[in-house]
Amino acid sequence: MTTPSEKGALIELLYQLADDDFILAYRGSEWLGLAPHIEEDVAFSSINQDMMGHANLYYRLLEQLGEGKADEIAHLRAPSKFRNAVLLEEVNGPGTYLEKPDYDWAFAVVRNYFYSVHKQIRLDSLRHSDFEPLAEAARKIMTEQYYHLMHWELWFKQLVTSTDEAKSRMNAAIEKVWRDFGGVLTLGPAYAEMVKANFIDDENVLKQRWMKRIEAVFNETGLPFSGEPRMERGNGRKGEHTPDLTQALATLSEVYATNPQTGW
Amino acid sequence: MAAMLDYDRLTEDEKLEHFMERINRGEKIEADDWMPDDYRISLIRLISMHGISEIMGALPEKEWVPKAPSLHRKLAIMAKVQDEMGHGQLLLRVAEDLMAPLGKNREDIMQDLFSGKLKFHNVFHMSAPTWGDAGMIAWLVDGAAIISQSMMLDSSYGPYARALKRICAEEVFHAQHGESIILAMAEGTPEQRDMLQDSLNRWWTSLIMFFGPKSAKETGNSNADKNIMYKIRAKTNEELRQEFFTKYIPRIWSLGLTIPDETIRFDEQTQMWIYKDVDWNEFKQIVTGNGPESHNRLDLRRRSYDNNAWVRDALAAKRAI
Repeated sequence: MTTPSEKGALIELLYQLADDDFILAYRGSEWLGLAPHIEEDVAFSSINQDMMGHANLYYRLLEQLGEGKADEIAHLRAPSKFRNAVLLEEVNGPGTYLEKPDYDWAFAVVRNYFYSVHKQIRLDSLRHSDFEPLAEAARKIMTEQYYHLMHWELWFKQLVTSTDEAKSRMNAAIEKVWRDFGGVLTLGPAYAEMVKANFIDDENVLKQRWMKRIEAVFNETGLPFSGEPRMERGNGRKGEHTPDLTQALATLSEVYATNPQTGW
Repeated sequence: MAAMLDYDRLTEDEKLEHFMERINRGEKIEADDWMPDDYRISLIRLISMHGISEIMGALPEKEWVPKAPSLHRKLAIMAKVQDEMGHGQLLLRVAEDLMAPLGKNREDIMQDLFSGKLKFHNVFHMSAPTWGDAGMIAWLVDGAAIISQSMMLDSSYGPYARALKRICAEEVFHAQHGESIILAMAEGTPEQRDMLQDSLNRWWTSLIMFFGPKSAKETGNSNADKNIMYKIRAKTNEELRQEFFTKYIPRIWSLGLTIPDETIRFDEQTQMWIYKDVDWNEFKQIVTGNGPESHNRLDLRRRSYDNNAWVRDALAAKRAI
């Protein structure tokens, strides 16, 4: 570890990586028992479990960097301290995971697929990171991520090329995800420092790789490609979030927060 | 192939006699073997009920997946519930093979669940209002399931016996995960211990009910007896319940917890546990869909089934191409 500002940038990056996986794994776990068929329930819950494991790896790195206990970091930070992209905290649809969940499978597929493509590209860059523990974590995570991407790509391609209803639902979901996916693609205010220290590649390079990959899939499946995704509801990398995150964190920490000192 | 040709020349009575001889010799019956309708129907009833119980059983635990009180517990409960879904899927595949000659499939299983014709285990109709319940379900409900499933590991129906082998191996990990939650709370604060005792009070009756009534007298049917005759299962409900008591009551006591039955004791003379019997009419009410959470949990399943109809249509259209 070199300068304090480099360390600060590294910590920012790790929070982004951890919180992205943590929150999206949580949203995925809300789907449990509600997926389109039982085989998908098995596969999706396996993916969410993997992603929660990835978040755990990053939180452990933060613990080693002196940010506090991993469980405290995950469960007790205020929403404004979270660095996940706003899109990933968004609810799955009307209702809650316990009552009247009218969840939208098209949104689940598009959000997870686009995120998975980005995650793959991000890991590809991180495995050459100058922060060796991060590079090592990335290499480990990639072995699982490979299957996640394959899973979501299959769903995406199948649904966008099927019935008219499926196409129209998928198009609506793509439009919705596009409005905020820019928030996933950014590395936030400390990005120049992250890149200078060789923790990760330039965010513009990563973004171009993502757009190229998605554009190719759009062309292949006959979808119109509408340029760069936007970031309409705020930059989660700066701690800007929606009430959906506040609700998610209240659920995630409900039991732990009753007594963080005791063993559970 | 030779065996099949032989079967074609036999009368129904001779086929049945030959089938029972195979079973009594301890041979395994496979999906494509000749079997009496009665045996097939008993298996379908048992295995589809078991499979759908695994799937409905994910719902009470799902309530605690996001709320699990540490990253470690979150990962463990996610793994456990995923296993349960996997068991459900595996068992439904076994049931589907048995149903195929009757022209039925997965859709029929789901519709029977929604209409109440296909029942699921009493325990999954109950509410699980605290984290203590998540521990209690994994420790004692899964512990009870291991006991009742282990006696079918040598089931006369080969595909079911093989599925159970894998399921039981995973259930052992679940019970350990449950025990670890229970131990952490038992060694914790007074509030944690109270939560645990409340949870045990809540689950005790359901655990007694889990194994089913003592005899046909209470339910008016004799599925259990029939399944023993066909060597699908090896023990009676009461034998299993006694095994459960012998294994778990000393452990519950050693944690300093109180069993909510002041009459419970081991009778040295009969070598049996004496306990307060439960109200089997209440059991009947619960498993016929009138338990505290029956409607909500079925509604979750039905709602997701309806919401995702377009997805199934889209996949069917792709298959048709």
